[in-house]
Amino acid sequence: MAGVNAIKKKTRLSNSNLLFLIAAIIFVLMYLFAIIMYPGSFLQFQTFFDLFNLNAPLIIMTLGLCIVMIGGGIDISIGAVCGLVTMACAFFLESGRGSIWGAILIALGIGIVFGIGQGYLIAYLEIQPFIITLSGLFMAQGLLTTLHKDPINVTMPDFVKLRDFEIVINWLGTRNRLGVFIPCEIKPGTIIVVILLVILASLMKWSRFGRNVYAVGGNAHSANMLGINVKRTMFITYVISGLTAGIAGFVYIMTTGAGNVGNAAGAEMKAIASAIIGGTLLNGGVGNLLGAPIGTLTLLVINELIRAAGVQSNFQAMVSGLLLYFFIVLQSIIMSLRDKREFTLALPPWLRLSRKAQGEALQHR
Amino acid sequence: MRGISKSFPGVKALDSVDFTLRPGEIHALMGENGAGKSTLIKVIAGVYEKDSGSITLEGKPIHFKAPEEAQNNGIGTVYQEIMLCPNLTVAENMYIGRSHSLLVNWKQMNEQAERLLASLNIPARATQELSSCSLAVQQMIAIARAVDMDCNILILDEPTSSLDEDEVHTLFALMRELKERGVGIIFITHFLEQAYEISDRITVLRNGKLVGEYETIALLQIELISKMLGNELDDITSLKKHEPDVSDVSIPVFEAIGLSSSAGVRPFDFTIQKGEVNGFAGLLGSGRSESARAIFTADRVTGGEVRMKGKRVKIKTPLHAITQGIGYLPEDRKGDGIIEDLSVRDNIILTLQVLNGFFKPFSLKQAQEFAEEYIERLNIKTPTADTPIKSLSGGNQQKVILARWLLTHPEYLILDEPTRGIDVGTKVEIQKLVIALAHEGMSVTFISSEIDEMLRTCSRLIVMKDREIVGELRGSQLTESAVMNVIAKGGKNRWAD
Repeated sequence: MAGVNAIKKKTRLSNSNLLFLIAAIIFVLMYLFAIIMYPGSFLQFQTFFDLFNLNAPLIIMTLGLCIVMIGGGIDISIGAVCGLVTMACAFFLESGRGSIWGAILIALGIGIVFGIGQGYLIAYLEIQPFIITLSGLFMAQGLLTTLHKDPINVTMPDFVKLRDFEIVINWLGTRNRLGVFIPCEIKPGTIIVVILLVILASLMKWSRFGRNVYAVGGNAHSANMLGINVKRTMFITYVISGLTAGIAGFVYIMTTGAGNVGNAAGAEMKAIASAIIGGTLLNGGVGNLLGAPIGTLTLLVINELIRAAGVQSNFQAMVSGLLLYFFIVLQSIIMSLRDKREFTLALPPWLRLSRKAQGEALQHR
Repeated sequence: MRGISKSFPGVKALDSVDFTLRPGEIHALMGENGAGKSTLIKVIAGVYEKDSGSITLEGKPIHFKAPEEAQNNGIGTVYQEIMLCPNLTVAENMYIGRSHSLLVNWKQMNEQAERLLASLNIPARATQELSSCSLAVQQMIAIARAVDMDCNILILDEPTSSLDEDEVHTLFALMRELKERGVGIIFITHFLEQAYEISDRITVLRNGKLVGEYETIALLQIELISKMLGNELDDITSLKKHEPDVSDVSIPVFEAIGLSSSAGVRPFDFTIQKGEVNGFAGLLGSGRSESARAIFTADRVTGGEVRMKGKRVKIKTPLHAITQGIGYLPEDRKGDGIIEDLSVRDNIILTLQVLNGFFKPFSLKQAQEFAEEYIERLNIKTPTADTPIKSLSGGNQQKVILARWLLTHPEYLILDEPTRGIDVGTKVEIQKLVIALAHEGMSVTFISSEIDEMLRTCSRLIVMKDREIVGELRGSQLTESAVMNVIAKGGKNRWAD
């Protein structure tokens, strides 16, 4: 929206852009802090690229989840779907008749099937998204263990080639202690992240569908009165998030090369945290897709910092929790200050007592 | 529109109503709660289908089955609650849901929006986020959207209810501009002054029936009020009122000085004596409920001070108010009053239990005794005290809530529309009960939209209009015409040119 804002300078920044800006600034500050504290590792470009290389699946899932959250929904099945895809792909590739393209089709197919099923139940039968995607989570987990319980290491030659494929940037890199130049390497997953980011961010900004998602998330009732097909819009958001979970699954196995019961377990919670840190509000209507990678990276950099500091790993989880809490409260404060209204936590109705319910509670106290 | 009727199960919402809108006129539609205003405009807007009657638009008979059909025929509706998305820009709100192209052309959309905003003198920029606009501007943007969809008829359903005076002025300027262009506007409001300032004609509805259509200039305010309220008196035995002992008025039970709340009541003073029954009279939206809610701190109190028996107290929450001996029976019985799935007994002891503390529960036996005492005293018709309250009739539900408050033995009880939607017999019972309570020394504030009911029970009426107190009547002054006179004459003519 920067271009539009440039015409009239005085126009106030939209909430989506403000929260994105805050997320971006916090990320930059945090990365600068990391560089100052641990110049040895964080000053290397490879460290930055590795954040993408190793966490591409999480970023991809977060992208899809952000779209659902902007539309006012939630999808907690994505981690399990992603895990199911890795196992299904590994199983297929090792079956002897597998091919890379077949595995890609399987990944997309599983994602779309989950997306369509959950989207239909949520949008057209109007069932709480939390419940539906929770059952989707269990379903995917169950299918995963039914398919295969033990880890499958994919040894198919074509696949191993793909797994080990790296794009080497010869002009960028660092010298090690011996003075040998080590160029930076980028995994295909990172390229997929960039492509998806461009496609989905453009979709949300310049397509009719994208704007409808914002409208539905802002006020579904009004959106309906304005002539938007609310149900179809919601449905499509879940299909997209299923699709990105499928893609994330394939990227996952492309990075690790193995199907495992524990793959991407709990990734949905990290994705939700990343989306929120990246400036997407849980109650819908506000968010910027560019914030999705920013949020994920912020979360990861903090974890890296803690690891570099040599603190026990359980502190990472605690710090992630505190960080998330800090962001939700910060966003709520900013939003209430901007709209000059009473402070309310920026949470969807099903996660908080509604004002009406609070009033009732007071009435009877 | 000729002879429009519409029934809902159990209610005849519209009974052969005629309505005519001429091009380029602003036509105010007025009436009290339940008069059928909303039903009428929803029939016009295609939200409801009429049961009988005919609608003609520019000479052609029409029959709308869905809101889209009405929109396509040039009938735009802007509802009281703004139906726009706060998180989108002004321009998006004006054009979203109307185009069929896959992509959004931001540049073109913003240019078009700027032109439209400029032509209607709406003080907003196309690229602004809607939530950063004032409510009035949001309302105007909703109107601009309707206008841009080529509407000849614009329905505005209480557009001014949440606007301040300046905002109302801006909105009126826009309405006049549209009138110049030949748009016919139906304007629903409960602010009399606004109807007089802007409208050319007024149509009054009462209880689903047409009272009449009048030229605004030719209709005196007092006539309008009497037409809206009607003069039907229920023929029930007149009750003997309780007049407080005049010698005992030294210290009022409750006194408020300059009280105001976030709901927008202007600062008001208020006192009530021991054993007095008084009431806030006024039309819907005059601030009668808001004043009561301010006293009980059900809305956030923004100023003023409060004294109980001469002693200054700070009441911050409804719980404070309850412990100070104030009870409040809310207007919205379903939303603020009953807990549907709990039994009659649990609903009765609820407030007392809260006062007693959750860690000292009443024994079942004790609770049952309380419940039975009040079921008998108030003549609550329920099979057992264990029956869930939702299976009781409205009148009996109301009695249960009354019992809940009486059990806490408040010194001062506020009853906000205690008789709405309940049968005549129960109404009289509740009125009698109020007077009996006053005899026992309780102070009661009684609010009702039925003036004759208040005249029968209250010994003093505080008359409100447009959210401020405009007069006070007592003793022999308490007649229906006197109340109407005060409403008509009261208040500054704030919207006069």
